[in-house]
Amino acid sequence: METLINIILLTFLAIIAIAITRIRHLLVTVVLTGMFSLLSASLLVSMDAVDVAFTEAAVGAGISTLLFLSVLALTSTEELAGNRKFSSIAFILVSITGAILIYGTLDIPKFGDPSAPVHHHIAERFIYESPDEIGVPNMVTSVLASYRGYDTLGETTVILTAGIGVLLLLGRGKQDKETD
Amino acid sequence: MFAAAMIAILLAMFMSLCRALLGPTLYDRLLAVNVLGTITVLFIAVFGFLTGRPEFLDIGLAYALINFIATIAVLKFFEYRDMGRATEEELDI
Repeated sequence: METLINIILLTFLAIIAIAITRIRHLLVTVVLTGMFSLLSASLLVSMDAVDVAFTEAAVGAGISTLLFLSVLALTSTEELAGNRKFSSIAFILVSITGAILIYGTLDIPKFGDPSAPVHHHIAERFIYESPDEIGVPNMVTSVLASYRGYDTLGETTVILTAGIGVLLLLGRGKQDKETD
Repeated sequence: MFAAAMIAILLAMFMSLCRALLGPTLYDRLLAVNVLGTITVLFIAVFGFLTGRPEFLDIGLAYALINFIATIAVLKFFEYRDMGRATEEELDI
């Protein structure tokens, strides 16, 4: 049943993707990308990745639609008629790239495979040893704050930088007023 | 039971997809996206019960909110032709 649902959703996604490339009216394209995000969020939910699905829906269907519409308000809503001739070089390049990508997935363990390396390599050590090694009862906390502490430090630095950037951009008007 | 509901949801998804692709006006397509957002909420709810793990039911609420934001943004675009800009007072610095 789940496989069938996944196949149907992927078919819908393919139909929308083809339609997006064919339609010239940009507002319709924005609407269709919103649909694409909602459908791929459904697909991710059915693959048990609810957190990823949620991000996809919030960013893809929510914020991206807003940003696209803001851009369309500044420009035209009709795509210019460009060169639409069939280019065989581009077609061959895209086909080769797609084939390489599919070839790359052949080595990946099957979806939901319990013998995949990710479930055996270090996960067991985290589960059994982390209370003794780190001394924190919560497994997730010990992984986040100790085993991959440098990674977390880098992430928080990125978020801090982004926050400072947003504050500088948004708070500029007010500061100018005060200095005047 | 839930399988029948899931089939109905997938059919509804397909129909809203057809409406979004065929048009004929832009408003039909907008309505199709809004309907698809609602169907996504239903999908999450039914899928949870179908697979016997309805823990993620609450996430549907947040999807409903996201759907609302997108619709408001599009309607605002039609009403004002932009996403809002600084008022005279704010520009007067």
